[in-house]
Amino acid sequence: MLKDQDRIFQNLYNDLGPDLTSSQKRGDWVNTKEITDKGRDWIINEIKDSQLRGRGGAGFPTGLKWSFAPKEVGSRPHYLVINGDESEPGTCKDRDILRFEPHKLIEGCLIASYAIQAHVCYIYIRGEYFVDGQKLQAAIDEAYEKKLLGKNAAGTGWDLDIYIHYGAGAYICGEETALLESIEGKKGQPRLKPPFPALIGLYGCPTIINNVETIAVVPTILRRGGKWFASLGREKNTGTKIFCISGNVNNPCNVEEEMNIPLKELIEVHAGGVIGGWDNLQAVIPGGSSMPLIPKDKCETLTMDFDSLMAEKSGLGTAGVVVINKDQDIIKCMARIARFYKHESCGQCTPCREGSGWMWRMLERMAKGEASKDEIDMLGDVTKQIEGHTICAFGEGSSWPVQGLLRHFKDEIKKRNKFDPIVKENKNIPYLVDQHLLDKNA
Amino acid sequence: MSLRRPAKNQPENFEFNPSSLEAAKSIVAKYPEGKQQSAVMALLYIAQKQNDNWIPLAAMKYIAKFLNMPYIKVYEVATFYSMYNLSPVGKYFVQVCTTTPCMIRGANKLVEACKEKISEDESVLSNDKSCSWMEVECLGACVNAPMMQINDDYYEDLDKEKTLKILDKILNGEKPTPGSYRGRINNEPENNRKTLMDLKNA
Repeated sequence: MLKDQDRIFQNLYNDLGPDLTSSQKRGDWVNTKEITDKGRDWIINEIKDSQLRGRGGAGFPTGLKWSFAPKEVGSRPHYLVINGDESEPGTCKDRDILRFEPHKLIEGCLIASYAIQAHVCYIYIRGEYFVDGQKLQAAIDEAYEKKLLGKNAAGTGWDLDIYIHYGAGAYICGEETALLESIEGKKGQPRLKPPFPALIGLYGCPTIINNVETIAVVPTILRRGGKWFASLGREKNTGTKIFCISGNVNNPCNVEEEMNIPLKELIEVHAGGVIGGWDNLQAVIPGGSSMPLIPKDKCETLTMDFDSLMAEKSGLGTAGVVVINKDQDIIKCMARIARFYKHESCGQCTPCREGSGWMWRMLERMAKGEASKDEIDMLGDVTKQIEGHTICAFGEGSSWPVQGLLRHFKDEIKKRNKFDPIVKENKNIPYLVDQHLLDKNA
Repeated sequence: MSLRRPAKNQPENFEFNPSSLEAAKSIVAKYPEGKQQSAVMALLYIAQKQNDNWIPLAAMKYIAKFLNMPYIKVYEVATFYSMYNLSPVGKYFVQVCTTTPCMIRGANKLVEACKEKISEDESVLSNDKSCSWMEVECLGACVNAPMMQINDDYYEDLDKEKTLKILDKILNGEKPTPGSYRGRINNEPENNRKTLMDLKNA
């Protein structure tokens, strides 16, 4: 288990209070000027050395992303945008940072803005987190009052303004270009890439977009050194991560742990075990709903980091671990996730808009045992036609959980679905259009 | 995608009251000059708050004029995002999360409670027109599942009985206390905390 002094989010459970004074006691804002005095290149190199990967789901190296920002500010200003549109089912880590560790985030914003030469930072928070957003706003006001933000923020000589922008219940706005569209006051529909936001982003200006957790760990990394962060976890999967363990466990919780921690330890030690015991485990969704599920036999030895989950054809994503035990109907669980994607598709491109509905309807029927055997392969076909053919990665994300189900629970579906498509008697199923043929015989 | 339609009965006029107007102006100031369209989402929230939790078409027209943008652009935004209510939802708007992490912990019981107390169908006002309920997608409090949101507040760690009690309260016009209903502190593992114990005991 990770040592307590190596935990970055000391106030994850709000033992100490989120206000500025107690945050300063925990080490926030102590020597911000010393950090920025070491210069942009030092900051970016230190982040590169720490091998910090984005905590929003894709796991893109943060130092590399920052180095994409133009070195000189041209006629267009630079922007920093923080993605707090946490909507992935199974994930609720950013909420705790917003309400309990707001000063880590704000200080991170200042340092990141300095590194990429931005004077304005927008924090995009999902609309449902209004109360938590108000807490962050209170922390921002506090920081302005103590001259930690605004002109010559925290004595660093850098001017920075932070504004909160609330979303309004659209999952798709967690996609970075959709988020930019949303800040611009439009429908949140993703843009085609390239051009990438680092060159043409918000209002057509160079923009760096980072997740809340990524930015909130930056000040601690710079204080304790990139080497310290890189010493946790393993090569290319370094540092700590907040895991959200939900679903059929005895003590669902958020916990900060080292990368590469065994999944079994996470569930058994921190979350109090699976309801009904470890043997009652059916499957685990390791990183938020869009990551393919992993069946029990692989959970025994699985370690939680980007690359080892990738090897299992899944992914760490946002580290929202959803535990499903044998009391649940796995097909129904996945059908519900498919319904989520059907509801949240932005409707811009056809494969996702139509495909997500198809997948949902097919899975609903499969859960009831009303599908034929051929349809199982057809469903796999639909997922393949979505994957790789959408504008954004979220469209593909809708097909991955279904692929995971087909990969690991195909036998379960086959066992349940023996529906014979040739109609031999009248059935009260509205989508069977050929029933009139039978009426003649009647 | 979700299909969303404006209400049939629409008020003729809408105008910001002085406090809304002030809030709207301070929000427009957050964005660079000439980019006032960015404020449209926040302004729709202000209109929704002022108008008993829903946005009439007149408000969209008003906001379009206020921000000097085409009405259709405001309409697009208001119909795209699911948190803008296009028809009356009552003073208390109950949203029950039923996505998988909540579903496997019994969110359907919460739905049953809402059906018993408020109305048989979702998005239908209760008899006294004070509240309505609806199933929504993930609200981002998965480790506190099952949970629901009433207006801005989260009610967490629920079961059917607790939900019935909360709904009784709002039907009586009281505001129940938000937060966990199993007495747990924030997102820590209930009675099983293994980390940061020095701080807990301090």
